[in-house]
Amino acid sequence: MLQGKAWLFGDDISTDHIAPGRLFHLRSNLPELAKHVLEDARSEFAGEMSAGDFVVGGRNFGLGSSREHAPTIIKLAGVSAVVAKSFARIFFRNAINVGLPVVICDTDRIKEHDKLEVDLAAGVLRNVTRGYEESFPALPPVMTAILQEGGLVPYVQKHGDLEI
Amino acid sequence: MAETLVEKILSAHAGRKLAAGDIAVCTVDVCLTQDGTGPLAVRQIEKLGIDKIRNPARTVLFIDHAAPSPRRELSNDHMLLRAFAEKTGAELSDIGDGVCHQVIMERHLNPGEVLIGADSHTCTGGAIGAFATGMGSTDVGVGIALGKTWLRVPETLKFVVRGDFVPGVYAKDLILHIIGMIGADGATYKAMEFAGATIDKMTVPERMVLSNMAVEAGAKCGLIASDENTRRFLAEMGREEKYRPLAADADAVYEKVYEIDAAAIVPTVSFPHTVDNTRTIDHSDCRELTIQQVFIGTCTNGRIEDLRIAAKILAGKKVHHGTRLIVTPASRRVYGQALDEGLLKIFNDAGASINTPGCGACVGVHQGILGDGERCLATQNRNFQGRMGNVEGFIYLGSPATAAATAIAGKLADPRTY
Repeated sequence: MLQGKAWLFGDDISTDHIAPGRLFHLRSNLPELAKHVLEDARSEFAGEMSAGDFVVGGRNFGLGSSREHAPTIIKLAGVSAVVAKSFARIFFRNAINVGLPVVICDTDRIKEHDKLEVDLAAGVLRNVTRGYEESFPALPPVMTAILQEGGLVPYVQKHGDLEI
Repeated sequence: MAETLVEKILSAHAGRKLAAGDIAVCTVDVCLTQDGTGPLAVRQIEKLGIDKIRNPARTVLFIDHAAPSPRRELSNDHMLLRAFAEKTGAELSDIGDGVCHQVIMERHLNPGEVLIGADSHTCTGGAIGAFATGMGSTDVGVGIALGKTWLRVPETLKFVVRGDFVPGVYAKDLILHIIGMIGADGATYKAMEFAGATIDKMTVPERMVLSNMAVEAGAKCGLIASDENTRRFLAEMGREEKYRPLAADADAVYEKVYEIDAAAIVPTVSFPHTVDNTRTIDHSDCRELTIQQVFIGTCTNGRIEDLRIAAKILAGKKVHHGTRLIVTPASRRVYGQALDEGLLKIFNDAGASINTPGCGACVGVHQGILGDGERCLATQNRNFQGRMGNVEGFIYLGSPATAAATAIAGKLADPRTY
């Protein structure tokens, strides 16, 4: 069970908001880059969030670049999952590959710093502060398998190959 | 069952008949990374403990995003890529060679093939009837190591375009119009397929503009049939023998079909900070909008055809005193052609700054970072907040003709009057 508080981000949060080009030189220094995560969307987020908190987006979260550094630094910062109404395709796949849970469900009723619980196996998000539940669809089996191994590299290491 | 283009290509690479919605492991013909994503891909391959990559001759590591390197950290990343290429036999495309998506089309990719690239605009390859898609470093690292990847076969949205553009309107205006119409997530997880008489008549470089921006509507790929114009392009690039015709079956199943009249398209500009925030150039928002920087280049519009259009407008003119113009040819080949054709002299005489072939100012690392509150009209594909290195900058997207006209006027200008 993942538990933490919600940090609200709007629609169309791009990979440039998450890991901007002006910090391109930090891509081989991910712990340092993670200190700036989502800085261009909310400058206070990286400094004030606590481990386990949730990034809550609107539509089309993670649009833009293929930079895997974006989900990687969200995970490195200690975020337990990104919850959004929809995700851009490459970000979604990258998140699974680096072991960052991504949850697709309605986020309109979540308010800033609401306490959330997410049960990935059951497909349920609980808003503890507001007292309601949302169910969300399970990932395709191949993505569940990759996420359960902690990402694509551990998955290939374990299976010795890419078979699905 | 009849197949769309993407179903055809992926079926051939899975060794079994696939339809939209199927998930399969497919073989990969070509892999690319760039200097922003390559170092992480290399580290993932090393983590897998793999020394011998699957197909070194068709693995290309590009140094195009921060080229030449503006910082020590990036110089060290470049060293890592060069060392990996040396060790594995992968091809290295070094500073000045050009943007990955341009060079991969000039030299590597063929119709019917599968290309995965650690760069979102890898979808450019769809312009010659190849399945080309952007992925992260880990996916592409595994593709380089093992020669395969897993894919879900996307449903296809078909865009049928008929009629002729009026003078001053280009493929860029068409794709901005389409993205404005369906939205920045209008094709998420889908394939886009472009067809119809207008597309049939387009050269491959024009088609590349459409395929390049498919990802800006969220699409996985932007496919166009391989036809006689594809043969002509491959012949020009010295590999006509790689040509093969490839088209969707006439009765293939599409999720949705859009009909578009090319004659009705007007020069179109994307306003900050999303690509789907479009206006036609005659909209009142476009009036008296001063522009401090104009940028002509990138994998979207940095080809010789684009530079010819811009040079024709700029010939004998001067860039407005309140505006600066940056021209970045997409590749060394394009740079050479522009040199031979006298285009660089036209740009230089007009007062432009001409940069090393590569991604240039588009990525926000170097070669044209915006100042606080400045507006830039760029021929690139993306105008997200912070994209050009400053979260306080404002990016407008348009065609090379709109860019050249704007550079002269010093404010957003209608290329139909130039």
